Amino acid sequence: MGANEHQTITDARSRYKAGVLKYAQMGYWQPDYQPKETDVLALFRITPQEGVDAQEAAAAVAGESSTATWTVVWTDRLTAADTYRAKAYRVDPVPGTPGQYFAFIAYELDLFEEGSIANLTASIIGNVFGFKPLKALRLEDMRIPVAYLKTFPGPPTGIVGERERLDKFGRPLLGATTKPKLGLSGKNYGRVVYEALKGGLDFMKDDENINSQPFMHWRDRFLYVMEAVNRAAAATGEVKGHYLNVTAGTMEEMYRRAEFAKDLGSVIIMIDLVIGYTALQSMSKWARDNDMILHLHRAGHSTYTRQKNHGISFRVITKWMRMAGVDHIHAGTAVGKLEGDPATVQGFYDVCRENRNPVHLERGIFFDQDWAGLRKVMPVASGGIHAGQMHQLVDLFGEDVVLQFGGGTIGHPMGIEAGAQANRVALEAIILARNEGREILREGPEILENAAKSCKPLAAALDTWKDVSFNYASTDTPDYLPTATPA
Amino acid sequence: MRITQGAFSFLPDLTDEQIRAQVDYCLDKGWAVSLEHTDDIHPRNTYWEMFGQPMFDLKDAAGAMAELAACRATFPARYIRVNAFDASRGWEAVRLSFIVNRPKDEPGLRLRRTEAEGRVQRYSIEPYATTMPEGRRYQ
Repeated sequence: MGANEHQTITDARSRYKAGVLKYAQMGYWQPDYQPKETDVLALFRITPQEGVDAQEAAAAVAGESSTATWTVVWTDRLTAADTYRAKAYRVDPVPGTPGQYFAFIAYELDLFEEGSIANLTASIIGNVFGFKPLKALRLEDMRIPVAYLKTFPGPPTGIVGERERLDKFGRPLLGATTKPKLGLSGKNYGRVVYEALKGGLDFMKDDENINSQPFMHWRDRFLYVMEAVNRAAAATGEVKGHYLNVTAGTMEEMYRRAEFAKDLGSVIIMIDLVIGYTALQSMSKWARDNDMILHLHRAGHSTYTRQKNHGISFRVITKWMRMAGVDHIHAGTAVGKLEGDPATVQGFYDVCRENRNPVHLERGIFFDQDWAGLRKVMPVASGGIHAGQMHQLVDLFGEDVVLQFGGGTIGHPMGIEAGAQANRVALEAIILARNEGREILREGPEILENAAKSCKPLAAALDTWKDVSFNYASTDTPDYLPTATPA
Repeated sequence: MRITQGAFSFLPDLTDEQIRAQVDYCLDKGWAVSLEHTDDIHPRNTYWEMFGQPMFDLKDAAGAMAELAACRATFPARYIRVNAFDASRGWEAVRLSFIVNRPKDEPGLRLRRTEAEGRVQRYSIEPYATTMPEGRRYQ
C-alpha cells in the first residue's frame, strides 16, 4: 500500500466520488489526532488478514464501529461527517506477538445516547467483530469520558452503602453458592442456607441456572430461603442475606419475582449477565427504587472474554457493569478453579473499586479512567477456593470483596455449619494478623494453623483441602510483564 | 449464644494488646477511632450510644485505650465496639468495627413470626434482653 493510501483525501470532490476507498483515505486513520476529554476511547487488539496493513485495519475498525459502510456514500455530506467519524489515532505492535496490533480509536461523544449501554455497545461491538479483513478482533479496554459517565446512575447501593446496610466493616464478606446447584427441593435448599448462614457466612447464593424448575419452583425457594435467613439472623445477631436469583424469561416475570423478594424482606436479589444489558439496567433501576442490593452473576462471559485474540476483555465488561449499575459482580479468584491470571484479575478489581484507575499496563489497564464519583462495585471471588487459601485471597484482593466458598463450605467433613465457621475463623484470623502488620502471604499457613488450635472445623478444613490448587496456565494474561504463576 | 457482629467476633475475645494493635493500624491509615456502647443488640440498631466524640486528632493508641478503660468502667455489662472512620472521598464511612466488650451472659434474640397470606411468614427478631428497660438489661 502506498503512503497516500494512509492519508485522508481532503479534496471533497475526490473524497465523495462514488466508488470504494481505503478506510484510511476516507478519514478513519488520523495519526495526528489528539483525543478530546469528552471522547469515548477504545483499545482494540487487531489481527489483520495477510496483506492488510495495521493502519488500514485500524481505520476499518474505526469506520465500521462508527459511520462507515463499504463504499463511499454522498449522504455523508448531509452530516457533520468529519466529527462523527471515529478516528484510529495510534497503532502499536503487541509486544512479543507477531501479527497482532493494539489500535487506539476515539469516538465523538455525540455518537452515543445518554445512559444506554445497549447504544454504546451497538456501536463499539455491533458490527465490527465479523469484519472479513480481520482474522480476529478483541476489545481490550475503554476510556469512558466523565461527561458520558454522568449520564449513568451506576450501582444502586455501592460498597459503602452495602456495608452500612449490613453493618459489616473491615473484612471481606463471606458467601457460598448452595450446592448441588440443581435438584434440591425448596425445603432441602433452605436447610443448606440456614446451616451456612448460622455457621458464620454473611450471604448464601442461588446459582446462575437456578430459576424455577420442576424440582423447585421459585416461590418455594424464596419462602424457604427467607425462613433460613431470618432464623440465622436471630441465631447470630447479624444481618444475613441470600441472593435470590430473579432471572426469568421476561421482564414482567423478573419484576414479579423481585417484588416478592422485597415483600419477604430480602436485602439482595440477583440477576445473570445473560439477561442482556437493557434488562440489567431495568433491574438496576428497580433495585435503586426498592433499596435492594443487586448481585450480578457473569453467566456466559467466558464465551467471549477468555481467548486473548478475539472477543471482549472482562475489564471492559466490568466497566460497562459499573455504569449499568450492579452492586456485586463476579470478577475472578486467580487461585480458584476458573480462568484468571492474578494481575489481570486485580485489574478487574481496580475497575470495580477505585475512584480513578491510572494507566497500569501490568494489570491490563490502558487508559486513565476517572470514575467521577460513580459508586463502587463489590467484586465477588467465587469458584474452587477454600479456607487454606485465605491469606492468598486477602493478599490479592484486600477486604472489599465477597469471598465465596461453595464446595469449601458445604463439602466440609464435619458439616455445613462447621464449614462456614472454618471460613469465618480463617478470615478473621488473617485480617487481624494483617492489621497487626504481619506478612500474611508468608506467615499465612502458620496464622491459620494457630487459629485452628481453638477451632476444630478449621483444622479439619485445612487438612481436607491442603493439597488442592488449580495450577493451570491462564489464557487471558497481561502483555506487558511475564505471567505471574497462581500460587 | 455469642453475638457475632463486628469484624472479630469469631475469634477469642481480643486482649488489650490486640485491641491496641488494631487501633494502631487505624491511626496509621488516618482513620478516626471512636467508641460506642449499647444494650440493644438488634442487628438493625444502627445508632449505638457514642462514648464521646470520634477521636479525630488522636495520634497515640494509648488515648483510645484510656477511653476504652473508662467506657468499660462505666458500662461493664454492655456491648462496646471500636469503630474507625475514614473521611476520604468515596468512603466517608466506617472502615473497621469490632466488639471489645460484651456481657457475660448473652441470651440472644427471639424470632417472632406472624402468619400472613399463603405460606408467607412475617418475621421480626427481638433481643430477649430488650424486654427490660434500657440500663437494666444485662448484669
